[in-house]
Amino acid sequence: MRWAKLLATMAVASAFAGASCGISVAADVAPGDVQFTDDGVAVSLTGVAGNPEEGASVFKDRKLGNCLACHANSAMSKELFHGDVGPALDGVADRWDVAQLRAIVTDSKKGLSEDTVMPGFYSLNVGAHLDEKFAGKTILSAQQVEDVVAYLATLKE
Amino acid sequence: MKKTVVISALAAALACVGVAGPAWADPVDEQLVIDGETMITRAKAPEGHPFDEVLSGWLFRTVETRALETDSFTNPGMLEVEEGEAIWNKVEGSAGKSCASCHGDAAESMKGIGAHYPKWDAEAKRPINIELQINKCREQNMGAEPYDFDKGGQKQLTAYIKRQALGEPVSIDLSQGDLQSWWEKGKDLYYTRTGQLNLSCASCHEANMGKMIRADHLSQGQINGFPTYRLKNAGLVSVHNRFRGCIRDTRASFPKAFSDELMALEVYVTWRGSGLSVETPAVRQ
Ligand code: HEC
Ligand code: HEC
Ligand code: HEC
Repeated sequence: MRWAKLLATMAVASAFAGASCGISVAADVAPGDVQFTDDGVAVSLTGVAGNPEEGASVFKDRKLGNCLACHANSAMSKELFHGDVGPALDGVADRWDVAQLRAIVTDSKKGLSEDTVMPGFYSLNVGAHLDEKFAGKTILSAQQVEDVVAYLATLKE
Repeated sequence: MKKTVVISALAAALACVGVAGPAWADPVDEQLVIDGETMITRAKAPEGHPFDEVLSGWLFRTVETRALETDSFTNPGMLEVEEGEAIWNKVEGSAGKSCASCHGDAAESMKGIGAHYPKWDAEAKRPINIELQINKCREQNMGAEPYDFDKGGQKQLTAYIKRQALGEPVSIDLSQGDLQSWWEKGKDLYYTRTGQLNLSCASCHEANMGKMIRADHLSQGQINGFPTYRLKNAGLVSVHNRFRGCIRDTRASFPKAFSDELMALEVYVTWRGSGLSVETPAVRQ
């Protein structure tokens, strides 16, 4: 009984303990240096083309993008439980071009609106009392953002 | 062949549940009756509240989880409430007393009490909740050690005391001492975005109440059912543990139990649930 409780608690704890992988490599644009314009973020964060398959796995991974927490995506209908905090991402590439998608995923506060609840995935503009495990780290690495953007670009209707 | 069809139909149905969203995710329009007594699960919000109606978390849970709460025999949290009753009657500490030595039958002496905490503690000059009141009595009246957070029997005894307020509408008196300024502080905390995910309590429990966040149906984050029995933990979960869990999920560091921050938050969140019946121990996923 005690063990069952302990294990359950540990499982919950570890679900959120997934530390960030966002350690940037020298060639990447640093989170604070990303150039946002009215057209979005035009320049790749890494100079390396995004891989849509990698992007799909980052998208659904609960410790990485966890995008399904808030967005439904019919292209991933095999995955259980799609949230609806944000709009469904079906056909999102018909609504936004790559530069705009990069801006939204990099820092939604700049790419969408200041008061959106969507986290900034490559931004150090975070909330109060940041857990020190995550100090100076972004949720996703620059390449993971590029991969997710490449995946989003495949979502056409 | 047939099997495949069934399975894929099921998968499609499940996918629909996930995608369908709002229609499926509305809080249910049902009555919660516990042991024959009707609970208030929808109440008119107090003045200055962001919602018109205050809703119990019970309305957001699945049909199976909801059913567990309706009867003392099916509610798995009641076993721990019984443990709390045993502690109530147990002599501890240098004064050779139990809670019952002074307070007698809890069904009478503690009736309705749990619905009106936190109160103002004039001696300590800060709010006091049931857990801290228990510790106060243990130290000052029994000559016993205070319980550490969530240890000893703190959750069980708290749940036992709160159970004596089953059905009683939550109301706290903010005119006591400085309670109003703690309410203000709690409100600030409620709207402060924290952690790497940069979310406040309000981001989830106010702006997105009723929505699905992955598999979870977002409620108003009310505390009228605490300590709650969580199926996930197979045991009682205290209010401060729940607060800390929600803060941690934003990837922020979280304050200590009974710290000024969490006491302020408890005052404010209790007020947000004004008018709801105490449901302790509520059953949650
Ligand atoms: C905590 C919830 C949350 C998470 C997690 C989240 N989003 Fe969002 N997202 C939103 C919300 C809400 C909006 C709508 C904008 C608004 O009103 O704030 C949005 C909007 C978007 C949009 C614009 C959609 C449109 O059609 O206009 C895109 C693209 C997007 N999100 C992609 C992502 C990706 C990719 C991820 C994962 C890496 C992600 N989101 C994770 C909440 C979230
Ligand atoms: C020696 C007598 C004595 C013992 C033993 C004792 N208490 Fe008390 N308790 C009091 C007195 C006196 C008060 C009221 C004054 C105060 O708040 O300290 C009180 C107040 C309370 C209250 C607040 C009631 C209200 O109206 O808000 C609670 C709850 C409580 N006690 C619980 C307990 C519990 C649980 C135990 C056992 C762990 C316990 N007490 C043991 C004397 C006692
Ligand atoms: C990322 C979203 C999120 C944030 C931010 C968040 N919570 Fe929660 N909270 C949840 C989810 C999901 C649940 C479980 C489903 C439900 O009841 O909403 C929950 C449950 C709760 C519950 C239990 C409700 C019940 O009926 O038993 C309380 C209380 C609570 N949260 C309080 C808070 C407080 C206080 C804060 C701010 C410190 C907060 N939450 C921040 C997502 C969040």
